[in-house]
Amino acid sequence: MDKLLEKAMSLTLQRFGRVMQLYAPLYLSNECIDTCTYCGFSFANKIPRCTLTPPEVEEEAQFLVRQGFQHLLLVSGEHPSHVSPEYLEEVLTRLRPHWASLSIETAPFSENVYRRLIHCGLDGVVTYQETYDPEAYALYHVSGPKKNYRHRLEAIEEAAKAGVRQLGMGILLGLADWKKDAQALADHLSQMRKKYWQTEFSLSFPRLRPCASDFQPSHPVSDHELIQLVASMRVLFPDVGLVLSTREPPELRETLLAFGVTRMSAGSRTEPGGYTHPDETLNQFEIEDHRSPAEIAAMLVAKGYEVVWKDWEPSEGAYAPFRRTDHGQSPMFGAASPNKDIKP
Amino acid sequence: MVDPLKIAGREFPSRLLVGTGKFSSPKIMRASLEASEASLVTVALRRLDLSGRQTNLLDFIDRKHFSLLPNTSGARTAKEAVFLAKLAREAGLGNLLKLEVIPDPQYLLPDPIETLEAARLLVQDGFVVFPYLHADPVLAKRLADVGCPVVMPLGSPIGSNRGLKMREAIRIIIEQSFVPVIVDAGLGSPSHAAEAMELGADGVLVNTAIATAEDPVGMARAFRLGVEAGRTAYRAGLAAQKMTADASSPLIGVMSG
Repeated sequence: MDKLLEKAMSLTLQRFGRVMQLYAPLYLSNECIDTCTYCGFSFANKIPRCTLTPPEVEEEAQFLVRQGFQHLLLVSGEHPSHVSPEYLEEVLTRLRPHWASLSIETAPFSENVYRRLIHCGLDGVVTYQETYDPEAYALYHVSGPKKNYRHRLEAIEEAAKAGVRQLGMGILLGLADWKKDAQALADHLSQMRKKYWQTEFSLSFPRLRPCASDFQPSHPVSDHELIQLVASMRVLFPDVGLVLSTREPPELRETLLAFGVTRMSAGSRTEPGGYTHPDETLNQFEIEDHRSPAEIAAMLVAKGYEVVWKDWEPSEGAYAPFRRTDHGQSPMFGAASPNKDIKP
Repeated sequence: MVDPLKIAGREFPSRLLVGTGKFSSPKIMRASLEASEASLVTVALRRLDLSGRQTNLLDFIDRKHFSLLPNTSGARTAKEAVFLAKLAREAGLGNLLKLEVIPDPQYLLPDPIETLEAARLLVQDGFVVFPYLHADPVLAKRLADVGCPVVMPLGSPIGSNRGLKMREAIRIIIEQSFVPVIVDAGLGSPSHAAEAMELGADGVLVNTAIATAEDPVGMARAFRLGVEAGRTAYRAGLAAQKMTADASSPLIGVMSG
């Protein structure tokens, strides 16, 4: 195990440097037509449901902008009318000028829908298979479109075919034998990478957390095993980003940094409207690391990392609505004259 | 200035170019740049807050001592690269540009077709284009033909620290090129840098090997020395060079005597 950790550390350092990228999740809606036994948003759960209106989304997003974030992950349950492609188009269009990068973690869509979303400013799509074991998958995904294993498996390809720049894949630890799932994920990623060789991939391995479902994982994964998994994936895929959410407690998050994590969230709320109007009764799962973004940044600096808030410059070519015709109005420059406020 | 690097009518005292990514802090980066005594310093535009609202890397680069070479890393097409370049110029970052068009996130290899197209457009628009390319001698000639005043072939893939795996191709590029050749990417140690200079390269660019060293400042100094050693050796006429130079001359004396 030591050799694995050493290798993981040196590969991460070489490829990524002593750098950590920060992002924030923004929950758009907890409406969902799927019944997934492990999830707080399951259709079967009697919780208050809501979907943020586009102006409410902007309000939440502004809160995060003020905290320094420039990379945003929009999350929601699956609901064809509340979280429709049109809704997402509007949300993306409104958010685009204020964010370096926008990703979504929602229901799967078709290639054509992803193309439309790219046109509105979409950079990334996150779709976890949850588990690659078809029998286990059937056990947990009781009803709704997500019940279809094949459809879920192929979802990420629709995004890839549409030309989405960044794709996030992953498994939900606790649902099945983690080693088998990890192997399957590795195989899936290898195939995707070869076929979609111009796409940037990242991986995530969330562990099941307490939620409204009161679900008890049948295959719990220990801290030690999680570290082993992160390090193994780093060694298998030296160039792939590894993402760590606030599901895990502070000490473990800090331990995992060295072994391959490249991207972290901070100060997260997992309920819609949670930043401006916190309400834990609506959240998807309970988080463990409650530190604010500023605290996380300070921790990272103390550990010798450069904190990266911005790692992308959106290109005019891809996002027609973002096109600046008058530099005076441009949010990129934030002032009447672009050159006046720039320090030489 | 003794033996400066000459590009597009400008002279740069140092033949070591340094990248600013992967450092653990901007302060360490700044100290490393000083120790390297570099003239040209690259910066990833994707990391910069070009609105000037937030403190960023640029605040740690003294532009009185270092010439800024913004790079277009992240761009996967000519269109994206051109857009980034213009943003940089509008933000007051000058018209020197390190052109990187990299569609492949795994090995970070440059797209030759998009690079050539972007170079052509940017040169026409008045940029001084430093193109990053695979060690492809034909592409190097074509980039110079469209107006690039320098070419930057890779020694090995970015961040691999493997040295001059592309040695043979680089040797050909150096032999055939009218413009300066700066070996970029994959140089993992000062000896790799010295080797590139001994081969006849006009300069080298180093980033990962310095930024991720245990002592980046010390490593920056070591690379400075390595580049000087290699260049001095090259100018002093290395033994290997002499063999090829002399072979062409003695026969003439014999035949006509």
